[in-house]
Amino acid sequence: MFAANFDYYRPATVAEAVQLLSTKENAKILAGGHSLIPAMKYRLAQPSALIDIGRIPELSGIRVEGGKLRIGAMTTHAAIAASADVKAHCPLLAEAADKIGDQMVRNRGTIGGAIVHADPAADYPPNLLALGGSVTAVGPNGSRTIDFAGFWTDLFTTALAPNEIVTEVTVNGYGKGTGGAYADLQHPASGYIVVGASAVVTVANGVCSKVSLVIGGATPNPVRASAAEAALTGKAPTAENIAAAAALAANGISNPIGDSFASGDYRVHLAKVLAKRALTQAAARAQ
Amino acid sequence: MKREVTITVNGVTHTRTVEPRLLLVHFLRDELGLTGTNIGCDSSQCGACTVHLDGQAVKSCTVLAVQADGCRVTTIEGLANGKLHPLQQAFWEKHGLQCGFCTPGMIMASADLLSRNPNPTEEEIRRGLEGNLCRCTGYQNIVAAVQAAAEMMKK
Ligand SMILES: Cc1cc2nc3c(=O)[nH]c(=O)nc-3n(C[C@H](O)[C@H](O)[C@H](O)COP(=O)(O)OP(=O)(O)OC[C@H]3O[C@@H](n4cnc5c(N)ncnc54)[C@H](O)[C@@H]3O)c2cc1C
Ligand code: FES
Ligand code: FES
Repeated sequence: MFAANFDYYRPATVAEAVQLLSTKENAKILAGGHSLIPAMKYRLAQPSALIDIGRIPELSGIRVEGGKLRIGAMTTHAAIAASADVKAHCPLLAEAADKIGDQMVRNRGTIGGAIVHADPAADYPPNLLALGGSVTAVGPNGSRTIDFAGFWTDLFTTALAPNEIVTEVTVNGYGKGTGGAYADLQHPASGYIVVGASAVVTVANGVCSKVSLVIGGATPNPVRASAAEAALTGKAPTAENIAAAAALAANGISNPIGDSFASGDYRVHLAKVLAKRALTQAAARAQ
Repeated sequence: MKREVTITVNGVTHTRTVEPRLLLVHFLRDELGLTGTNIGCDSSQCGACTVHLDGQAVKSCTVLAVQADGCRVTTIEGLANGKLHPLQQAFWEKHGLQCGFCTPGMIMASADLLSRNPNPTEEEIRRGLEGNLCRCTGYQNIVAAVQAAAEMMKK
């Protein structure tokens, strides 16, 4: 299948890419192309111009700074999954990256592209929201930081302005005393999640001092399970306490997505089951 | 707006003027006549089109030829080096194919897997090939072939 015709630009710098994005009619950024090219082949997307940011050196790479990971937007899922720095400072993110698609998809797809695409069934968003951090975006008026909590705004929609480019993703790392886990049910054909639960739990003196739990796949954007977090915070990570908290994991979900494979009710049910698994594993890893 | 691209395929450098929408798989098949790389789907799922781009396995139906400009590509035609590559030999010996349509992609994906993990478990092989679909074999002999190739490559 062929995409509709378009003009192709390959800027060497972020400034040049922003300039092109602002001046070319109906232009789109091309990163790894693993959401955009299939959409263009199906003619669900017909941009008039593609701005390929794949050859801008400063957009790739992973740095550790003050306990945070700073990941260039063009860093591939495979590079994140294999990174010793990510495995050491934020193993949950390496695990999430390694679950995406298959090896060939991970060799091309990028973290910037995945978060901007904002697929409700994508693996990064719930995990990034559970870990905490922010997105750096550059536009004609300079650079700004958008917290993950305000980044995903609707189905396939983000807070990014049409002329802004994501340059970096900053993710909070964690160390001893904290554990992270991601429990998901994958669609058997596509491999995308039906529902996924991401948990980050800190255990100190035998109690959960900090609990972060986010559900993806059930709604257009991932939602924080605040009631479940509050129920477990200050409690010992026992099976009963975790089960009681997980029972509240779908409280923040209204109008769940339903389709021929999984109804909204089933997704709500999955949210609770997967939350229990993720919290249990995260708490075990924290100790 | 056509673009000139220069791509080194199996060690030979080719320059062509192409439409930006031309997929790498069509560049290989239609421009260069390298038809070993197959097209099995429209949804980036089947892996029949797998080639190596700068040493990494990619689905060439989901890469534009212009994105591969200046890069090195290896296809199934470039894998044998005087004699069959151990993976080709092993797919033959273990009967890791029936119709053979998925085989070039299976072999290119397996080569990427073995380069990262020379000693994979059965589980790791199955997971490593999850992006490659086979409608004939039931995968059993494909896994056996990759295991056999891993042994041969150790020698
Ligand atoms: C077979 C297959 C299976 C997959 N399975 C999964 C899965 O299990 N889980 C999962 O999460 N994902 C999955 N994906 C999607 C994959 O993760 C994509 O790589 C990702 O969604 C998009 O990243 P990309 O770099 O390919 O972006 P592209 O496709 O190049 O771009 C996607 C969108 O983001 C915009 N964009 C890209 N980068 C930037 C930037 N830096 N600044 C501003 N805008 C930008 C583009 O304009 C476009 O609109 C799968 C894809 C395929 C083909
Ligand atoms: S042709 Fe099916 S993945 Fe490329
Ligand atoms: S051998 Fe026929 S598709 Fe695999």
